[in-house]
Amino acid sequence: MSTITLPEKVEMKKTREGFGRALVDLGEQDPRIVVLVGDLSESTMVHFFAEKFPDRFIQVGIAEQNMACVAAGLAAMGKIPFFSTYGAFASCRSADQIRVSIAYTNLNVKIGGAHGGISVGPDGATHQAMEEISIMRAIPNMSMVVPCDYWETYKATIAAAKHQGPVYLRFGREDVPVVTTKDTPFTFGKGEVFADGSDLTIIACGVMVYEALRAHEELAQKGISARVVDLHTPKPIDRELIIRCARETGAVVTAEEHQVNGGLGGAVAEVIVQNHPVPMELVAVHDRFGQSGKPSELMDAFGLRAKDIVAAADKVLARKRAR
Amino acid sequence: MTIQIPPAELEAAHRPGRLLWTADRLEAKALEVRRDIITILAKSQTGHSGGPLSCADFGTVLFFHELNIDTSNPKWPERDYWHFSIGHVTPVIYALMAERGYFPLRDLMKFRAFDGHCQGHPSAHDTPGIEVSSGSLGQGLSVCCGVAKAAQIDKHPRRVYCVMGDGEQQEGQIWEAAMFAAHYKLDNVCAIIDYNRKQIDGDVQAIMGIAPLADKWRSFGWNVIECKGHDVPDVLRAFAEARAHKGSPSVLLAHTVMGQNISYMADDYKWHGKPPKMPEAEQALQELGTSYAEWSERLLNH
Repeated sequence: MSTITLPEKVEMKKTREGFGRALVDLGEQDPRIVVLVGDLSESTMVHFFAEKFPDRFIQVGIAEQNMACVAAGLAAMGKIPFFSTYGAFASCRSADQIRVSIAYTNLNVKIGGAHGGISVGPDGATHQAMEEISIMRAIPNMSMVVPCDYWETYKATIAAAKHQGPVYLRFGREDVPVVTTKDTPFTFGKGEVFADGSDLTIIACGVMVYEALRAHEELAQKGISARVVDLHTPKPIDRELIIRCARETGAVVTAEEHQVNGGLGGAVAEVIVQNHPVPMELVAVHDRFGQSGKPSELMDAFGLRAKDIVAAADKVLARKRAR
Repeated sequence: MTIQIPPAELEAAHRPGRLLWTADRLEAKALEVRRDIITILAKSQTGHSGGPLSCADFGTVLFFHELNIDTSNPKWPERDYWHFSIGHVTPVIYALMAERGYFPLRDLMKFRAFDGHCQGHPSAHDTPGIEVSSGSLGQGLSVCCGVAKAAQIDKHPRRVYCVMGDGEQQEGQIWEAAMFAAHYKLDNVCAIIDYNRKQIDGDVQAIMGIAPLADKWRSFGWNVIECKGHDVPDVLRAFAEARAHKGSPSVLLAHTVMGQNISYMADDYKWHGKPPKMPEAEQALQELGTSYAEWSERLLNH
């Protein structure tokens, strides 16, 4: 456990920058690292790598299907390719290529999906990827990581390179609160308890980890003790931790900036319902497309705030008490 | 009537490196590959007949003349890379692989079976020597571009061979890969198109026209080489031209006939995706100078 107490004013930084910086460090350590991009070098922040290692940087142009399979071919020859584009295209446009050429072969391809979630903002629904967790975790051999901030993205990128097999990494577009530090532990496939509590557990990923920590504070003011778990790896999922939290706190709220269908909440529910059923609420995008707007407006409108987690907590606690 | 393959003959076919076989030897091997194809389809009673037979001749040239491989060590670092983007032609892929020594011939008799490794479509998870799984059309040339790009980065002399179908040319991803290979001047890439003019629903030109195919590839910056896909000396010439060409990738348009060398299958799209029933297989094997009993024994004994 690594308890995190949020300061009054939290530093804001882009998750995708953690990806871009980590690639440069990886490139220095390991000549097998190659980076591909589909015409979005700056958006995905792989331009840092491109400047440093032009011979190992492959511009593919606007051709995501080709990019996924070129990465497969590079991996088949022992390279560790990272390919990057917006998450909407990485997960949906290349889904068949990821399924057949990459995952069925279990190739060592890493996928960086930028601009995940509703907080992408003004670009609207086409560019607000909200299905990646569902799609990727349905494919055998795939792993899926949704880091919560800059440092966790940096560590997740390093961990993805060390992990043998295909990994999808999801980042957002905006500056988001930096809740972890360089030294916060990160283990691929293991959740991290960021705040202890005994009345219920909030299990979150991505930017919703920050909202969960704020919800923890609000609930504390009401005398409710909420545990907060950063479950950054929806797959492989940390079954042990989820079951322990269900057993010890007796109620669970999940929080994700993603469709409710098959997302983090679904993944957690699959573990809970088969092992230790407890009342559950899922804070997520409820089966609708996004729209244009300011990121903050959209997070409010789509019910992805600390107050929404608090409301969900009230519901599970009522059901827990009624049992 | 059991056929025993002389050990020296097996050893010669399994030898590492480029075999550089001559046309007469290749033609004899192509006949055996066709017998394998019909026999395993007859045994399994599932799978594709037409495409494997149209690929049999240039496929034999590829495996027994052109490719620098070590089938006893499929990940040999010096190897050339080969990939069938048309994953559904597994009968010819597995026949070539087994004849060349990747696995025993008897494994062919468990084609598409639950207790065999020869999956319906090529699986890297199951079959030694399959490096990247295929079966969803249009992906193979991109995979080959990745392999070729890795060789370019490493300054490795590896050559990369990708077999595609003509119907497959309808997949958009192929043209993304065509752009990529030309853009990066991947002259280590040699694509081969099995141009049999048939696909599962009928004539390619009637389903969704791909002509003029040579002009399309030329306009994408490729070195286009046309050849008679069942004429072994002409296929040898085409591969040699591709190898000698520098500065851009090469594509062989191998003009072929679906179901080639089986009288009732030839040029009939209805044989794209089905196996011959046993009496039909017997007729086909008779046309190829053997019988099911004889040829299945040959496979099971090795």
